[in-house]
Amino acid sequence: MPNALKHNDQSPVVQIQDLAKSYRVYQKKEGLAASLRGLFHREYREVEAVRGIDLIVEQGEFVAFLGPNGAGKTTTLKLLSGVINPTSGTAKVMGHVPWKRENAYRRRFALVMGQKNQLWWDLPAQESFRLHQQIYRIDRESFDRTRDELTELLEIQELLKQPVRELSLGERMKMELTAALLHSPEVLFLDEPTIGLDVVAQHNIQQFLKRYQAERQITILLTSHYMKDVAALCKRVVIIAQGRIEYDGSLSGIIDSFSGHKIVTLQFAEDDAMKDLERFGQVLEIVPPKAKLRISRADVPKTLAAILSQHVIEDVVVEDPPLEEVIADAFARARNDQDETIEPADDASAHAESPS
Amino acid sequence: MYTRAATWWTILRICLEERLVYRGDFALGTLMRFLPIVTQIFLWQAVFHASGRSELGGYAEQHVVAYYLLTMLSRAFSSMPGLASGITRQIREGEVKKFLIQPVDMLGFLLLGRIAHKVAYYSVAFLPFALVFFLCRSYFSDLPDGAATHSIATFAAFLATLIMGFILGYFLEASLGLVGFWWLEVRSLLFVYMLLSFFLSGHMFPLDMLPEPWRMIVNVLPLQYLAYFPAAVFLGKVSGWELLQGLCVELAWMLFFIVTARVLLHRGFKRYSGFGG
Repeated sequence: MPNALKHNDQSPVVQIQDLAKSYRVYQKKEGLAASLRGLFHREYREVEAVRGIDLIVEQGEFVAFLGPNGAGKTTTLKLLSGVINPTSGTAKVMGHVPWKRENAYRRRFALVMGQKNQLWWDLPAQESFRLHQQIYRIDRESFDRTRDELTELLEIQELLKQPVRELSLGERMKMELTAALLHSPEVLFLDEPTIGLDVVAQHNIQQFLKRYQAERQITILLTSHYMKDVAALCKRVVIIAQGRIEYDGSLSGIIDSFSGHKIVTLQFAEDDAMKDLERFGQVLEIVPPKAKLRISRADVPKTLAAILSQHVIEDVVVEDPPLEEVIADAFARARNDQDETIEPADDASAHAESPS
Repeated sequence: MYTRAATWWTILRICLEERLVYRGDFALGTLMRFLPIVTQIFLWQAVFHASGRSELGGYAEQHVVAYYLLTMLSRAFSSMPGLASGITRQIREGEVKKFLIQPVDMLGFLLLGRIAHKVAYYSVAFLPFALVFFLCRSYFSDLPDGAATHSIATFAAFLATLIMGFILGYFLEASLGLVGFWWLEVRSLLFVYMLLSFFLSGHMFPLDMLPEPWRMIVNVLPLQYLAYFPAAVFLGKVSGWELLQGLCVELAWMLFFIVTARVLLHRGFKRYSGFGG
């Protein structure tokens, strides 16, 4: 396993403390008159993209950042890769302060952004790879080895000699990944690596990342909108909404912390039993002989007992609501909370009102 | 040192390859460069014919043509098509991030790209250039003793002005492009620059034909080094102390723009990363 575990000391790979980033955006009002006024007097709005994040990531972790658009996920990755400076707070990656942009740091990580190109458009990808070899000072032997290994894993050997502009989006993404991994980075930041790809290509990239990470034990921070990406790859999930961390834990734990409800599906023996089910909980769907109810988690045993005592039930299924729905609810709640006092994420389920 | 040289060589090689992808456009662009010179020759023939004089502003008729041929050569070194606008586009579209993330210096990288551009250009343009100069050799007759055709020292000075002209042109245009960190769109700035440069670099007419105070203004500006100065040196118009002084001022301007571009890049990156990327 070459180049792995270079980060030997025991301290965490990523340490973030109270990191915040806000920036001003020019507010242009509608209309020509407003445009003219804008020539002399500009109004700016302060956007708080990240509002005080604390995070520790250990060596070898594969962490997913989830959150709605504009939640601060990409901003966080940009901060960690040194593209932007924070407004306040500190962060260290492998002992380096990212925004100092030391070459020593820049040779140890890689950032891959979904649609952005680090490859030369008109040249075959192998030429861009050569350039990376020089920029990152990779010796010829390990360059050849890494390149062959990556291109074999991603099944792109045949495409190396083809100009990048003639490749499909999926093939290009594979080339981007290869370029980013040539210098064997110890930390990898992936911003929407599967955006715009078809299901097969998404799956390929997922499988590749999973295998690569498992083999090399590198640390990966990923943002994605695709729950499938996250479910397939990451044991640890960090939910960011409104620039704050709302949740940090396992994927399955999200349901426990954010959803106060269970979905109960009942199959009745007689159809007329389905008339006034509202008294047991929120009715989601009735397709005789089945009915689907949303019931507060704490009330499930009591309600079930009541239903069973009053009706003849042929089948019962109690399940958690779909993950996407729970997360969407969590995002919506974070948005509602933003102007109110900040509540710790753990309390989120306690004060949850029934989300529809 | 060796690894750095290898890096530069690779960048140079790849830029060269990229240049040669569009062979047709490249060849046509090279040939088109010679078209304006033909119209200039006809124009000045008409001017001399109408005035009935054999010398205008210190230039014999054939030497005016020689001057144009030489400014064409010096502009081939100093002009940087698409450099400033390319830098602004990279800033606007976020491509500039690459230089924040990867361990590579933006100005150095683009400079190598330009060198490759010029090398590729000359490898194609050498033959037509040589042919044109050969056909026009009679225009270079009767030059004074100080001209590059007679003196090796002048020829060396001429080469120095060409190379400094390239570096000056690169850092000057790069500085203009880097203003894009603040303005996002620098098209009008570039337009003003192109206009000024067109008249004040000596591209249109020999600058020493200008009356005072224009002559003096042009003298303190850096633009004359992009076209006029190398040609004037070759033709022996500038010599002795004046030549040495001119070379020193050109060097000073060159250093000034190297520093300016560096400062702009540093501040620009700072602003960019403060702004939100």
